[in-house]
Amino acid sequence: MLILECPYCGVKAEETELSPGGEAHLKRFGPGSSDDEFEAYMFARKNPKGVHCERWRHAYGCGKWFLAARCTATLEVFGTYLAQTAEPPAEIVEKIKAKRPEWKGYS
Amino acid sequence: MSTRLKSGGRLIDRSAPVEFTFNGKRLRGCAGDTLASALLANDQMLVGRSFKYHRPRGIVASGAEEPNALVNLGQGPRLEPNQRTTTTELFDGLEARSQNHWPSLEFDIGVVNNYAARFLPGGFYYKTFIHPRAAWKHFFEPIIRQSAGLGSAPKDRDADRYEQAYAFCDLLIVGGGIAGLQAALVAGRAGARVWLVEQTAHWGGRAPVDGDVIDGLPAADWVERSVAALMAMDNVTLRLRCMAAGSYDHGYVLLDEKIADHTPGDGRPKHRLWRMRTGKILAATGAIERPLSFAGNDIPGVMLAGAVRDYVVNWAVSPGDRTVVVTNNDDAYRTAIALHEAGLEVAAVIDARAAANGALPSRARALGIRVETGRAIAKVKGGKRVEGVEICLQAGEGSASSSLPCDAVAMSGGWSPVVHLWSHCGGKLIWDEEQAMFRPDPARPPLHQDGSAMVMAAGAANGALRDALADAHAQVNIALQALGFAAASSDAPAHTVPDEAPLEPVWVMPQGASVALRSKMWLDYQNDVKVSDVQLAAREGYESVEHTKRYTTLGMATDQGKLSNINGLAVLADSLNTAIPQVGTTTFRPPYTPVPLGALAGEARGEIFQPLRKTPMHGWHERNGAYFEPVGHWRRPYCFQRAGETVHQAVEREVKNTRQALGFLDASTLGKIIVKGPDAGRFLDMLYTGVMSTLPVGKCRYGLMCNEQGFLSDDGVVARIDEDTWLCHTTSGGADRIHAWMEDWLQCEWWDWQVFTANVTEQYAQVAVVGPNARKVLERLGGMDVSREALPFMAWRDGTLGGFPCRIYRISFSGELSYEIAVPASHGAAFWEALHKAGAEFGAMPYGTEALHIMRAEKGFIMIGDETDGTVIPQDLGLDWAISKKKADYLGKRGQERSFLANPDRWKLVGFETLDGSVIEDGAYIPDHGMNPNNQRKVQGRVTSTYHSPTLGRGIALGLLRQGPQRMGEVVEFTKRDGGTTKARVVETVFFDKDGEKQNV
Amino acid sequence: MSDPVSALGGATFEGFASVREIGPLGMITLRAKAGTAGLEAAVHAATGCALPAQRRIVRQGDRAAGWMSPDEFLLILPYGDVAAALAGIAQALQGQHHLAVDVSDARAVFRIEGAKADQVLRKLSPVDFDRLEPGELRRSRAAQVAAAFWAEDGGFTLVCFRSVAAYVMGLLSTSAQPGSEL
Repeated sequence: MLILECPYCGVKAEETELSPGGEAHLKRFGPGSSDDEFEAYMFARKNPKGVHCERWRHAYGCGKWFLAARCTATLEVFGTYLAQTAEPPAEIVEKIKAKRPEWKGYS
Repeated sequence: MSTRLKSGGRLIDRSAPVEFTFNGKRLRGCAGDTLASALLANDQMLVGRSFKYHRPRGIVASGAEEPNALVNLGQGPRLEPNQRTTTTELFDGLEARSQNHWPSLEFDIGVVNNYAARFLPGGFYYKTFIHPRAAWKHFFEPIIRQSAGLGSAPKDRDADRYEQAYAFCDLLIVGGGIAGLQAALVAGRAGARVWLVEQTAHWGGRAPVDGDVIDGLPAADWVERSVAALMAMDNVTLRLRCMAAGSYDHGYVLLDEKIADHTPGDGRPKHRLWRMRTGKILAATGAIERPLSFAGNDIPGVMLAGAVRDYVVNWAVSPGDRTVVVTNNDDAYRTAIALHEAGLEVAAVIDARAAANGALPSRARALGIRVETGRAIAKVKGGKRVEGVEICLQAGEGSASSSLPCDAVAMSGGWSPVVHLWSHCGGKLIWDEEQAMFRPDPARPPLHQDGSAMVMAAGAANGALRDALADAHAQVNIALQALGFAAASSDAPAHTVPDEAPLEPVWVMPQGASVALRSKMWLDYQNDVKVSDVQLAAREGYESVEHTKRYTTLGMATDQGKLSNINGLAVLADSLNTAIPQVGTTTFRPPYTPVPLGALAGEARGEIFQPLRKTPMHGWHERNGAYFEPVGHWRRPYCFQRAGETVHQAVEREVKNTRQALGFLDASTLGKIIVKGPDAGRFLDMLYTGVMSTLPVGKCRYGLMCNEQGFLSDDGVVARIDEDTWLCHTTSGGADRIHAWMEDWLQCEWWDWQVFTANVTEQYAQVAVVGPNARKVLERLGGMDVSREALPFMAWRDGTLGGFPCRIYRISFSGELSYEIAVPASHGAAFWEALHKAGAEFGAMPYGTEALHIMRAEKGFIMIGDETDGTVIPQDLGLDWAISKKKADYLGKRGQERSFLANPDRWKLVGFETLDGSVIEDGAYIPDHGMNPNNQRKVQGRVTSTYHSPTLGRGIALGLLRQGPQRMGEVVEFTKRDGGTTKARVVETVFFDKDGEKQNV
Repeated sequence: MSDPVSALGGATFEGFASVREIGPLGMITLRAKAGTAGLEAAVHAATGCALPAQRRIVRQGDRAAGWMSPDEFLLILPYGDVAAALAGIAQALQGQHHLAVDVSDARAVFRIEGAKADQVLRKLSPVDFDRLEPGELRRSRAAQVAAAFWAEDGGFTLVCFRSVAAYVMGLLSTSAQPGSEL
């Protein structure tokens, strides 16, 4: 059972205090988008065995959504960061690269 | 025979006798006994029958690894099956019954399986019960179910209580032997927050039995001194009877603490499940002795050598008068010496090794104990009790050279570290050739959240069988440094144990044993898996250890292979001509030993099994005949039954009364979310399919919400409170979900929009006042102008009614004149009573959710969850009027543009009237002609809501039908459960007051 | 108008710790982003308290202000003073994007008291009470429902939703059963 630190309130919350929200950094495609774009936005998920950026909500805490970079295989957490970011912060990317040189990035 | 010795027994108190029963027989033990030691003290070696062959089973071990001596403990509401006698502390009045036999333990009919054993080989079930296919369900399965399971399942509600608790520490040390104690001393002194847990009722583990000397003290004294030192440390928590069941992600460990197992009915919780979070886990869990595989090694009286020693030293119980010790290592000589020192006879030590000249064998010889090296047991003689052994050469095929009478056999095949906590979360093992054991590979530990090692193994659990103390000292220092604490400056205390010569792996005894002997060599005692079964599996192609396990059931018994696994996979490796590490182990899964379901449920039972949400009027409902139904976690009155009424009659009465006079509905469960800010209108226009930004202040508008795929997700009435504030009503079950949905979009997508939300669902008690007399009752309460002019349909006003501050929404979900009135929840019950008082003269009655549903269906209003199921778009329900064509975007708009959702063949909402007035069955389908590719009837529609309408006196229904609106007047057939059909005419969705005149008066 | 009644009418339980429902208590949810002009004045006007720091609750007599999230504060005050406090907040934050709403009736409030009061909560919430600091407001769950609590006056104050008050009372009294001390 995971522990993730909420970057908004600083609580090291356990999984039962959180609710999961799937893959992070998706771009929304609305009216006017092609079928392929919409399909990718709606359904195509990376689901990697390895480093993954995810959405979590501190549901039983401050209620804020945040993002987490973690390895889905070893469950190592590289960091959590604010939801209002378009990409993982540089220090987290560096930390991932140091430990997982083969990592190809979040997108 | 087994008996209590005249003196000794470090754990028992002879001055405190304890009475108990076994199969109804009254027996006596002492305080400090386990049930197993007390049974042995009463010469009750035979304690059960094995699972498959019903072979007689005796006590083999002295701890958690015991596979045989399982009993039904207690009775009625305190019956627990499969309780290990070796870990059950004796208490006065304990009742135990043996298992898996009929009619009695001594004479068991099922033992015929034993004589048919050659017809019941490994994989027997799979081979036998597969053909003919049809026989499985009605013939094989009932028979197998009848014979499955060892103990009897309790039938009564558990009389005990259980609880859970959360705990946090820097270092959790599992195992209260000398390794765990030493680690706790070091970590405690370093200032870490430490928990030390021990599954038994005693600290010290094996060292006091084995006579170790630590720091110049006998081990027992050192243990006592260490425990006293630890108790004095505020930062150290000590728990006995506390078993670490499993280690999980990110330092999560479940600990099962037995609190009142040995004091039943004293009012304390029976077990407490600790949900521990720890920085590091130090697994000082010791090692488990392996049996040796010789013919007849399952006959009662054959025991593990370490267990024999435990019974003699700890509980002053001799398993037999004359014991043969059989071994491949030096450690078992301790048992021979302990027996000798207790005044018992050791017939011989049979050592499979060519020579035995270590300190312990030399001491045994000096005591006059006969030692036979290079020898093996060819077979054990006896049925329900050992009578003797035949001796042969280990290197040979098993022809006996001599025979020795004895009534007990103490066997030792070496020791296996208890690596469960290391392995549960992915720690890997290495094969230690020299010690013939799997032990934790320090290079591949299970990982914590920061990528560091989560578990350290220490002492015997780490493979350090002889220098456990020094190893624990070293390992705890590694853990402390990783946690940021200073390592101990001092060295581990001196630990004096005799030198031991290496063991010699012996997986089959004798080495060249014949088939006849191999089919009497037990690996798994409880499930009856023998050496010959594993060899057969290998011949039949089961090369993976996981497959062999499932094929033979090796290690699948309640002991989960604690004794059998290593021996079994060594036999498999040998049969496959490969090395043991290539075969590997099966996966270690929690729990280490079984945890009661009650402990896993904790406090969640009875009244607090689940949170029940109650409105402020709930108490009134309970007092007034409410028949409740669950709506999410809420309990809502389905109807209010009067004396002599059926539920159906009550519902009919409520509908008629509301339509003809006046009804009150507790609508407090309706979700209420405030949305405020300069961008709130824009935000709601994205959330709803319609336009909310243009809603005038003081007005209400019905709205639909869809998910991004375009499917309907929720609906409700939105009220504009002021220039930048809206109040959104959601469905009763939907408030939390929709609030979370709003926050998701505001936080993660449109975070630059200035909008705040607040879920105020529970701030208000809300009452729907419905019916032709609705206005009259509000006027009677007084305080607000509720006339058509002052408060027109789809408007809201703030004010007071009968002195209650309130907000009135003039909305209707029934088609009647209707006001929904919100008052602060703290006044809800009083307001509800005031309404009833004022409404009495107008024929007021409360009504429940079923009347609500019928009235909305009569009006053709949809219900989320009835007309929708996650695959329905608003257009399917004829709700195009609630979808803005002008808006460039809203959530779900792009999804609804997908081609298959624009298909004219989609099922669409229509009404149905049965031709004979009957009610269409719930869930009924409308079959179509022809069959689909799966050879099932094609369907063209289904019912979504179906009721008897008291207003119209007939069955009405809403449903989805292919091209429905174009088929008005057509007669279709609905399926019935009895195979027949119900004919119904396709009609419009509004059955009653089609022009909406009643609600708009 | 009737007197306001709390969810359980002041239910109590005496175990190894004592549990009682208190209230009704005035409560306001104030949402505003940090740095909003007038925010400190608004909190002060309603409670007399300074703006609480992250995860803190500050008290002045019978009023308190707690940090709930980066843009949400819980203001606690006498039940009868809510309307006046809301007016004060509206004045202090006039023209600023904010949301202030009365939630007094949406909540149930409990006091858990006694030397072992912490043990009652240790059974219900995945929270490290050894590390819970004085004046720290912790939002978490109590068994299956959301709860917020903080230590004060030799015990704990716990806030949950009104509809689950009976469930939470059941949890607290079950956990405080004599004989089940940790």
